[in-house]
Amino acid sequence: MQKNVKQETLGLNGDEAVAYAAKQCDVDVVAAYPITPQTIIVEKFSEYVANGETKTEFVCTESEHSALTACLAASATGVRTFTASASAGLALMHEILFVTSGSRAPVVMAIANRALSSPLNIHGDHSDSMAARDSGWIQIYVENAQEAYDSIIQAFRIAEDTNVSLPILVGLDGFTLSHTLENVIVLSDEAVRQFVGERKIPAVLTHEGKTVPYKLDPDNPMTMGPIALQNYYFEFKRQQEEGMKNALKKIGEINDEYASLTGRSYGNGLIENYKLDDAEIAVVCVGSTSGTIKVIVDKLREEGIKAGLLRLRTFRPLPVEELRKNLKNIKAAAVMDKSMSFGGLGGAVFHEVRHALYDEPSHPPIINYIYGLGGRDSSPSELRKIFDELVQIAKTGQIASQVRYLGLRE
Amino acid sequence: MSRNEKGWKEISIGGVTSKSSTSFMTGDWKTYMPIIDLEKCTVCLTCVTFCPDGAIRWRPELGKIEFDFGFCKGCGICANECPTKAITMKME
Repeated sequence: MQKNVKQETLGLNGDEAVAYAAKQCDVDVVAAYPITPQTIIVEKFSEYVANGETKTEFVCTESEHSALTACLAASATGVRTFTASASAGLALMHEILFVTSGSRAPVVMAIANRALSSPLNIHGDHSDSMAARDSGWIQIYVENAQEAYDSIIQAFRIAEDTNVSLPILVGLDGFTLSHTLENVIVLSDEAVRQFVGERKIPAVLTHEGKTVPYKLDPDNPMTMGPIALQNYYFEFKRQQEEGMKNALKKIGEINDEYASLTGRSYGNGLIENYKLDDAEIAVVCVGSTSGTIKVIVDKLREEGIKAGLLRLRTFRPLPVEELRKNLKNIKAAAVMDKSMSFGGLGGAVFHEVRHALYDEPSHPPIINYIYGLGGRDSSPSELRKIFDELVQIAKTGQIASQVRYLGLRE
Repeated sequence: MSRNEKGWKEISIGGVTSKSSTSFMTGDWKTYMPIIDLEKCTVCLTCVTFCPDGAIRWRPELGKIEFDFGFCKGCGICANECPTKAITMKME
């Protein structure tokens, strides 16, 4: 692989960065339905198609349920597919999310993360994709528009790896990232084409006894997932879990390969360790708020406080070993959740991170902060208070309450 | 489950079927089975047309229809449609 190829800087918001990346990835079929704050992705991509900048077949559907169904059907013929959605759109896709992962279709989808009604709210939080946690999709959350661009390119390689063969969702925070202009360094079309390559297709054994690529092909007919009852359904689900395990390794490999091409990497692809190695207190965060927390960590370090950040980039598959390794020696940790799991013990990220550490002989006290729902801003001074709290917990070992709300009026 | 069934490492991904649909017998779902009275049957083949599973065959060499109990699910549509009431449904 050629090292650090020529790149150029463009002014793009997160949505435009996603559309630009998708255009460069030689996608055969895009079926999508616009929804705030993802709209720019679909608009921009349709412009590319109208201008003849890409040969992609662009399908305007009447709903998100249809958009994902069209992507799944196209993917079944062996071609590369992409879609994008958010909030209620992702919720309307919910049924087909499972059909897509169960069909092992490597559809790539960008989600401009947004709150769910009711009350109606168009702003950013993670309620939409966290509710799709168990749908069998790989989930990557990005910190900025640059990472959104880079992650879409990587997503095709991860999803289409024949040992993974799973759909993938790339989450970018609605408005905070989707609508904010940044300098985004982009590769040439040719460099992306080379990096992504042709779609690879795993082999299957058909009813005719032939081993052929897993795609709909009149010369090699096959029936894909019509029904599997008590006798086989369980086995197919176990296969999906194996795909996830393989993805854990593949995401790291792709992150390294991409780094050697562009000079950019995101931790080890799974998590980003920001000043954690000697940290005594740490915050675990998903998405764009990590950027603000890094600034706070720097400030605390200047004050002599050993603070660190673990940015969870890949949420599915969950990098359990990485969480253990990086958090077990911390004295107090806080997990940030930008969505709620009503009636549960804190949010989804908190459940997962705390659960991962349960078997460690010693692990830190861990608290949960629910924050930023419906796009509420979390200011640096508010986020700083989390670290102040962690300093106290590390000192005393006392936790007043497990689950807290940041910036909520009483 | 049966020891003859394959494990998750052995089967193809994505629910690809290992046999054609005609190899999956579904006739054991039924509670009622159709019985034909050949005296009343005029061989109009209405039942053959209406059977949703294609489980009734016209056998010209025998001059009569025949049920394929490997696939007949006992829905009773044939009995309902038969103009001469030659088909009746009996508990299997």
